[in-house]
Amino acid sequence: MPADKMKFALFLGCVIPNRYSFIESATKSVFEKLNIELVEMEGASCCPAPGVFRGFDIDTWLVIGARNITIAEELGLDIALMCNGCYGSLLEVRHTLKNDRKKLKMVNEHLAKIGREFKGTAKIRHVIDILYHDVGVEKIQNRTKYGRKSPLNLKLALHYGCHLTKPSDIRPWNQESERPTFFDELVEVSGCKSLNYKDKFLCCGAGGGVRGAFKELSLDYTREKLENMTKAGADVIITACPFCHLQLDLGQVEVNNIFKDKISGPFNIPVMYFTQLLGLAFGMDPEELGLIRSPDLKGVPPFIPLKPVLKKIGIKVKG
Amino acid sequence: MENIKSNRITNLNDDLSNLLRDAGYLEIGACIQCGTCTGGCPSGRRTAYRTRTLMKKVQLGLTEEVLSDKELWFCSTCYTCLERCPRGVPVTDVIIYLRNLAVQRGYIQAPHYVLCKMFYNTGHGVPINEEKWNKLREHYKLDPVPPTTHKFPKAYKEVQTLLKSTGFDELTGVGDYEPKEEDGG
Repeated sequence: MPADKMKFALFLGCVIPNRYSFIESATKSVFEKLNIELVEMEGASCCPAPGVFRGFDIDTWLVIGARNITIAEELGLDIALMCNGCYGSLLEVRHTLKNDRKKLKMVNEHLAKIGREFKGTAKIRHVIDILYHDVGVEKIQNRTKYGRKSPLNLKLALHYGCHLTKPSDIRPWNQESERPTFFDELVEVSGCKSLNYKDKFLCCGAGGGVRGAFKELSLDYTREKLENMTKAGADVIITACPFCHLQLDLGQVEVNNIFKDKISGPFNIPVMYFTQLLGLAFGMDPEELGLIRSPDLKGVPPFIPLKPVLKKIGIKVKG
Repeated sequence: MENIKSNRITNLNDDLSNLLRDAGYLEIGACIQCGTCTGGCPSGRRTAYRTRTLMKKVQLGLTEEVLSDKELWFCSTCYTCLERCPRGVPVTDVIIYLRNLAVQRGYIQAPHYVLCKMFYNTGHGVPINEEKWNKLREHYKLDPVPPTTHKFPKAYKEVQTLLKSTGFDELTGVGDYEPKEEDGG
């Protein structure tokens, strides 16, 4: 193994391993292709969620978040994660504990009861941050040249997700939260066009416990997003977070149901996690990228079939 | 000084702006009611929830009115208000702290209570609660049980020990907490 091989501790969270597991599968495949090693964080828990659990008790959120970080510290690795919520939580837990001695003391007193200590050695990285800053758009672009014969030609509606970019002061995007472009730049290496659509940076509606407690309100955000994406002519929605992904995929079915009198017709826009799209651009097998639906499981994602979008790029799938 | 009735002093101590100041959210005093927060709020776009009004009520110290209102939970924590506030008020963080104060007073939405219970019992807010999720993982060529608290009972015990240690179980009422005698049963 070359000394400069990148290696990270992979934090899974909840929605990815327990609901949208194709995100885990696709990301592992793409990172392997890029020769980046991902090590499992054994015994990790919920991050815990930055809006909802933090809203119940900030100190508990700090303590549980710190425990998760100590698992990576034991491995001597920085953390890579695929969820904006986990990103928000672990990034902000670390930031708080690095800057607030009282909170650090409190957290370590609790952690001592299970023989752990937060040291602050592990950095928190979203997989987009790793690909954009460490690997670089150019290198990823090169990879696509010896993948597919022709570039993909799809119109993408990107959804960044709020906690990927905000609060901007402790994130690696040059303090830019109003109109960032890093995610567009990254996915456009596929040859696809990232669309500008109205209120592109509008929240999906799932976060902060809103989906859990006020589903109709949360889905009204989603309805508005879907209308704007449709008007722009999107072939596929591209996400960076499993909870946004759930809200835009399963939520689409729910919007079609509860707002059927309010919308002009049912929405039917397939949703992909961005590593699935990158993998396709690298010429990888759709099966490796979790793009082939389970033939016999009912009530599992993807709820909006991906078949039409795969067909459009010349990939035939059964079912 | 004798003219100041003690109940007024008590009310003042329970004043939300004081509670926030004590917790370090000093910037709330800088709010000039410009309404930038409301202007960018995606929840306010479709409901009567007004972030500016919430901030005003906080400044006025309307503790009970703010903390008992379910609208406090309409915020999806998108952080647009915090990013745009011209006075540097960390609006979203203030809302999250207000939620902490609400939970301490027993105000919690029923679905959120269920979430707490799942977290306490599994270490996951969204756990594997049906076999189909294990089968789905297998379909995607992953270990049917993820390497999280789901796979390692010792790890789950660690999480539960911490949730007891911070008092989260008592706070939310999800634990197997048994009242002590000195609590009056």
